[in-house]
Amino acid sequence: MSQSPATPLTTADGVPLKVSLRRAVRRSKLKALLLASPLLAFLLIAFVMPIVDMLWRSVDNPEVSTHLSRTVQALQGWDGESLPEEPVFAALVADLREGKEARNLGLLSSRLNYEKSGMRSTISRTARRLRTVEPPYREALIAVNDTWGELDTWKLIQREAVPYTLSYYLAAVDRQFGPDGEIVKVPEYLEIHVELFWRTFWMSAVITALTLLLGYPIAYLLATLPLRHSNLLMILVLLPFWTSLLVRTTTWIAILQSQGVLNDMMVAIGLIADEARWQMIHNKIGTIVAMTHILLPFMILPLYSVMKTIPPSYMRAARSLGGKPLLSFRRVYFPLTIPGIAAGGILVFILAIGYYITPALVGGQSGRFITNYIAYHMQTSLNWGLAAAIASILLAVVVVFYLVFNRLIGVDKVKLG
Amino acid sequence: MNDSAVIDAPQASPQETNSCFARFVDVQKSYDGVELVVKGFNLDIQSGEFVTLLGPSGSGKTTCLMMMAGFETPTHGEILLKGKPISGLPPHKRGIGMVFQNYALFPHMTVAENLAFPLEVRHLSKAEVQQKVDRALAMVRLEGFGSRRPAQLSGGQQQRVALARALVFEPELVLMDEPLGALDKNLREEMQYEIKRIHASLGVTMIYVTHDQTEALTMSDRIAVFNDGVVQQLATPETLYESPDNAFVATFIGENNRLMGEVVERLDERCEVRLDSGERVIAKPVAVGGAGSRTTLSLRPERVALIADDGDAERYDNRFPAIVKEVIYLGDHLRTRLELCGNDEFIIKTPNAEGHPSLRPGQSVTVGWTWQDCRALDA
Repeated sequence: MSQSPATPLTTADGVPLKVSLRRAVRRSKLKALLLASPLLAFLLIAFVMPIVDMLWRSVDNPEVSTHLSRTVQALQGWDGESLPEEPVFAALVADLREGKEARNLGLLSSRLNYEKSGMRSTISRTARRLRTVEPPYREALIAVNDTWGELDTWKLIQREAVPYTLSYYLAAVDRQFGPDGEIVKVPEYLEIHVELFWRTFWMSAVITALTLLLGYPIAYLLATLPLRHSNLLMILVLLPFWTSLLVRTTTWIAILQSQGVLNDMMVAIGLIADEARWQMIHNKIGTIVAMTHILLPFMILPLYSVMKTIPPSYMRAARSLGGKPLLSFRRVYFPLTIPGIAAGGILVFILAIGYYITPALVGGQSGRFITNYIAYHMQTSLNWGLAAAIASILLAVVVVFYLVFNRLIGVDKVKLG
Repeated sequence: MNDSAVIDAPQASPQETNSCFARFVDVQKSYDGVELVVKGFNLDIQSGEFVTLLGPSGSGKTTCLMMMAGFETPTHGEILLKGKPISGLPPHKRGIGMVFQNYALFPHMTVAENLAFPLEVRHLSKAEVQQKVDRALAMVRLEGFGSRRPAQLSGGQQQRVALARALVFEPELVLMDEPLGALDKNLREEMQYEIKRIHASLGVTMIYVTHDQTEALTMSDRIAVFNDGVVQQLATPETLYESPDNAFVATFIGENNRLMGEVVERLDERCEVRLDSGERVIAKPVAVGGAGSRTTLSLRPERVALIADDGDAERYDNRFPAIVKEVIYLGDHLRTRLELCGNDEFIIKTPNAEGHPSLRPGQSVTVGWTWQDCRALDA
């Protein structure tokens, strides 16, 4: 060796080779980043920012502190044992007057109404009578509406004066703050979300199990049949992919409804009586059937891609070693397909718990998912904070599943086709 | 002509039907119902024998092995194991060990679990399983590798595990489907001796499939040379090499010079052949007809001698002038390409012995060979 190992290698122009290499790598990385930048920008605007906004909205709580700023200030140091003193009521009147001028009492009243029903009408009635209110305000306001004479009202205002709140998350799991800030269940007649969460999870689990049950044999055939047949089968599997989601969902309505194809056929062959047609749509059955069909390819493809890599010689070896067909399958083939099962399962389950259109169309009242309530709070009740909290919980569940999956199986095992 | 040659072939071992361990009787196989992949395969295997099915790819040798293992069913004929037909028997009831081309070690099990699999399905006790697995690992010299996964082993080690797994449940017959195909040359040779050693020490019967003739010659008691679904010759390695029955076997086993010609005169033990280029050669008739029939003369390169000018020329019945075209130095021997009788692909091998003549391309030489070494085969 003519060069001692201590001498650093250099390029022709004398730059140390290490520096030169690092520079070249950096340049190629920069180029790759530039090529990906349109997509990155798109993802940032259409994916990352909405998620951040949603997470922020689920805890954001500006209404009380901005629209009742004087009241909140006057309430500082209030012990909560007895009704506040006159200055607090005076501050409230000033806040309400200003809010009435600016016409933004609506936000405040609906925010308080989420926490204490009746607050909307209390505030609007008080606002309407503000002109006639004279000091002393304490007696005057209580005269206008005796809600102002309740300790809980003032505790509520004091509690909700913070800029961030957990009350949307509590509402998302059918809980609320009690008068003294403790967490209590909402009245039974208002309980809805927890049941919907559970329904979403167990129905998604059923759908995942059904897709596995139906998809496993098909994936096996796809991976083992001669190419000519497996190609045809693959087209049959992919065909639903190329068909509009709406078409597929409405087709199930045509098939499953009480005057639909399936019921007609069963009546025609005398399996069921005409007046006892089965209700198979606009309920849980409808949602499960339609979603199993729609999500089936997402189970088949990861299974297929894993099975494709299992050489047939494994099963042959198992059998030549004396394993009966079923035992060989259980001990050799099945364990090797577990990454595929996990990948397909996680994919279908995550897609299912976030599914909206199909349960909305065929789910009726009983087959509805939590996603339909997110839409309800977005569009009808306009309680975006609650919608954001529910959606954030779903997101957290998905992330947890993803992390568990990654820990157990590894995300790199997921392949589509 | 071809058929008669096969029938005339000297049998390498006595064919006592009653002592046969495994038999293929007139087995045929067709996948599409049109073309026969295996055409009338007959083979009797003695207990403890090492038989190799040798042939180019697509010659039907692997199909025969798969039929023995039970993964394919013969469309005609019968396969017998210890005198009993096994066609109706599923693979897992045949008790035949098998080593697959790519080992087929179960990747989700450790080496020890792989070896334990055939024992556990036979419901052996835990202690017995443990003991047999240890013994099998010791046999292939992999003690201490039991807890590894197959992916953590080298190709040669995986091969040993596959071998151990095929033997651990003590089958009387072991099938091997090109088991050394994926190994590099040195490892392959090492494993050949390893397999031979195990075969000798256990006394199991082995049927071995390969397309590598050196492997077949090194390891086998007998070799069945396959081509086109038919056994061309079934004989010991020595017989196959020294006295091939037909032109295919001569070409497939070892290196071979081919000279095409026509029989001019046929005597009892020798015949005279006129080559297409006009020269006359004395040869040993093996698979030829009478005068006028076409023939391929087969001549091993190492049986052709360079004749020096001093007198021993008379030893060789055939002597021809040749021109050196190319000399390749191979260490222990020299491989020289000559132009002889209008054929410029004529190869001779000369040992790199003391005082061997050094040849230069373009040089004129005389070569010669005896009539016994020159076999007249089918055209």
